[in-house]
Amino acid sequence: MTTELLVGPRALPALEENRPLVVPPSAERTLGNGLTVIVIERRSVPLVEVRLRIPFGRAQLDPGFVARAMLMSQTLFSGTPTMSTVDIAAALQSVGGALHAGVDADRLLISGNGLASGLERILSILSDVLHGASYPEGEVTTERSRLLDRIRVAQSQPSHLVRVALLRRMYGEHPYGMQSPAAVDVAPLRSPDLADLHASRVHPAGAVLVIVGDVHAWSALDIAEVTLGGWDGSGGAQVTPPVPPLRPGPVVLAHRPESVQSSIRLALPAVGRTHPDHAALHLANLVFGGYFSSRWVENIREDKGYTYGPHSAVDHSVAGSSLILSAEVATNVTAAALLETYYELGRIATVAPNSEELEQARRYALGSLLLGMSTQASLAGLATAYAAYGLRLDYLVEHTARLAAASSEEVAAAAATYLAPAKAVTVVLGDAERVAASLSTLSTVELVPAPVGTAALDEPEQGTPPPSEPEPIRGPSGV
Amino acid sequence: MPSVETRSWERFALPNGLRVVLAPDRSAPVVGVAVVYDVGIRSEPQGRTGFAHLFEHLMFQGSANLEKLAHFRYVQGSGGQFNGSTHLDYTDYFEILPSNALERALFLEADRMRGPRLTEENLRNQVDVVKEEIRVNVLNRPYGAFPWLKLPPVLFDTFPNAHDGYGSFDDLEAATVSDAADFFERYYAAGNAVLAVAGDLDVAQATEFVQRHFSDVPARPAPPRPDFAEPDLTAERRTSYVDKLAPLPALAAAWRVPDPLTDLASYLPYVVLAEVLTDGDASRLVRRLVLTDRIVTSIGGYVSFMGDAFDVRDPTALLLEARLPPDGSVDRVLAVTAEEIDRVAQDGLDEAELTRTVARMSTHLLREADTVLNRALRHAVYEQQRADPALSHELPRRLAEVSEDQVRAAAARLSANRRAVVEVVPGGGAR
Repeated sequence: MTTELLVGPRALPALEENRPLVVPPSAERTLGNGLTVIVIERRSVPLVEVRLRIPFGRAQLDPGFVARAMLMSQTLFSGTPTMSTVDIAAALQSVGGALHAGVDADRLLISGNGLASGLERILSILSDVLHGASYPEGEVTTERSRLLDRIRVAQSQPSHLVRVALLRRMYGEHPYGMQSPAAVDVAPLRSPDLADLHASRVHPAGAVLVIVGDVHAWSALDIAEVTLGGWDGSGGAQVTPPVPPLRPGPVVLAHRPESVQSSIRLALPAVGRTHPDHAALHLANLVFGGYFSSRWVENIREDKGYTYGPHSAVDHSVAGSSLILSAEVATNVTAAALLETYYELGRIATVAPNSEELEQARRYALGSLLLGMSTQASLAGLATAYAAYGLRLDYLVEHTARLAAASSEEVAAAAATYLAPAKAVTVVLGDAERVAASLSTLSTVELVPAPVGTAALDEPEQGTPPPSEPEPIRGPSGV
Repeated sequence: MPSVETRSWERFALPNGLRVVLAPDRSAPVVGVAVVYDVGIRSEPQGRTGFAHLFEHLMFQGSANLEKLAHFRYVQGSGGQFNGSTHLDYTDYFEILPSNALERALFLEADRMRGPRLTEENLRNQVDVVKEEIRVNVLNRPYGAFPWLKLPPVLFDTFPNAHDGYGSFDDLEAATVSDAADFFERYYAAGNAVLAVAGDLDVAQATEFVQRHFSDVPARPAPPRPDFAEPDLTAERRTSYVDKLAPLPALAAAWRVPDPLTDLASYLPYVVLAEVLTDGDASRLVRRLVLTDRIVTSIGGYVSFMGDAFDVRDPTALLLEARLPPDGSVDRVLAVTAEEIDRVAQDGLDEAELTRTVARMSTHLLREADTVLNRALRHAVYEQQRADPALSHELPRRLAEVSEDQVRAAAARLSANRRAVVEVVPGGGAR
């Protein structure tokens, strides 16, 4: 890449030499109770990021478990025998800190950050909560009501409704088929339900603590050992069975009366991060729709104006991976947008990407890895996600090499294997009275009522944002 | 106090009026590039609501040396990411990339600073895209644009401050290529822009790149900036509207605050007060309204409509917003909120309450500054609005200097007669 490209009267500057991916210094220790502690040094700002990932899989689809886990995660910081909710929050705040818990189908994740000098305080409060969260009945009552209110709000949010419908369609009776609580399962929960779940599942076996920031690795490991080494190591994890293969079929149309847009979702097969096809699939997806400069986005947004922020990404879960396409489109172009989506899937599956498309996607993928290594928060997120699969940050070095080496033939083969429209599961949430007839021209359609009672919920975000975080009006990449 | 940012920075101006800030940090091989134009929602003309944002989209549709789609492809094909966003007082365009693409990013920004390709086809395409953006963010979801587009018309009377910055579909559809050309000519002048670069750069080399690509951008002066001042409220204003997707009542209130630019010292206590009232479970309003009285499901508070206290000019406001349970009483929430604010004003803060609140605010500021892109954006906006690109380095210290008496005095100003209130009446939900 040293030649200048003439793109008009002026020459586009060439890229300088590629910058190498440098994995920051880290250290790791497995404590006697089974907790794995990973510390990554990144001294860009005098802060520390903390993530504690506790396996929370389940062997069966269990709506009651989903409800208990969600309410437990929201009440985890509501008191110990010696501290109230307010005491806990104030003690963390005094070192610039905060901790939050969230749960999904695979894990309970406690996340937080604070001034680096407060690491010991943050971990010792975390330890107090892990040992002694007491789920006071009054606080449980408050959090239960708040959760029920959030479920009501989620039920009017199209992004959540369509996710519920998609999970049901993809996974059926597998535990992933229902990942969010129903009001009917939340309403009867009391303090002992949460304390029992905590006692049986909140243990260090298989758990990973990731610490990233302005710390010295060995001293941070010592702090972790002193504060968390006594966490009770009993209890056992449950193993989530592998996900069933996708079963293509009619377009599922979930009716949402008077919806002014349709939410289109497609699921396709995918592979995990260590599979030999992973790098090639990653590149094939980028060329298809995985970033703005992709065939699908350029088609349905920049050419046709059907949508604002379509995106396509591989979604990794412990029991399996899948590729998910998402687009919110104007109601009157629902079928047309789906047609273009099938067209672009068919095109990538049958016509190999040209070398310009592939090299552009490759550079994007490699650059994204560099960007992801440049902040404490993103390092913490990557390290935690990889640790769930037994991987460490040096996986990125191998992934970089695989991305760099993936051939055009391998990418074309991955596209044919994983992006074929014949393998897609399609769900549309929208006003069926306005979109069913035109969708029926493309596919058989199975009409279902809008999912009610099992709405997906946003994870509580860091830093207790206001109920609706204000945002600047965004430009082109609406994702 | 935590250590404040100590990174170095340089600023200079080109003969065409473009101001430049360079902030090296070689700890990771990435750079953030930001170009900020001093025009935002408040400057758009009557009958053209939403135009500043629509124009922002058009700045991505090609320029002298770049076909449509080329900007996206060159940024992403360099391993980078891009976006832009439209605010009340400015519009930003930015990239974050591996540092080997710095010169390319500067080329791309300079090219559109000379002039975007404004065509009828691209305009119609982006009107369609923006309409979908509005549908997804406002019309098709509960509490869309609440409260940031719902409070201004209650708190303010003049078009610049009160109108809908996303725009009406009628106004968007009425926009013409000639409107866009005029808007560019007037507001997108080199003298009205700031370029900031932060991250893995060598100052001498980056200076050379900047001169190479931006020196021949034609000089056009910044247009005079209108005065958007409005008088404060003297009596409470209150409205409500039905949100047919919302299942639960909601409430937002706003009070005017001092001028963030000319009177930062008086403004900062309000920024701290918002956090004292609402940051986390140990804050005053969360404790009382959520945990004790259980009369709201959630409550948040912040200064400025878009949630960033340090990127706005006067007039702006302190906002509180709450979601209520199904049978919740808006009047009760307002009364208890007033009682708690009055307690701060009368009795002051608990021991350590101020220091712990400010400690958490420092974490937020430092955490945001951990990305080179945010640093570039901050430097650019602070240079543009304050001629002080390093305000971010100062803020932790300035916040730590806010006294309890100042917070009490700010609380005393949040009286019912200066309040604008918007209530969301649930129209059903669950659809």
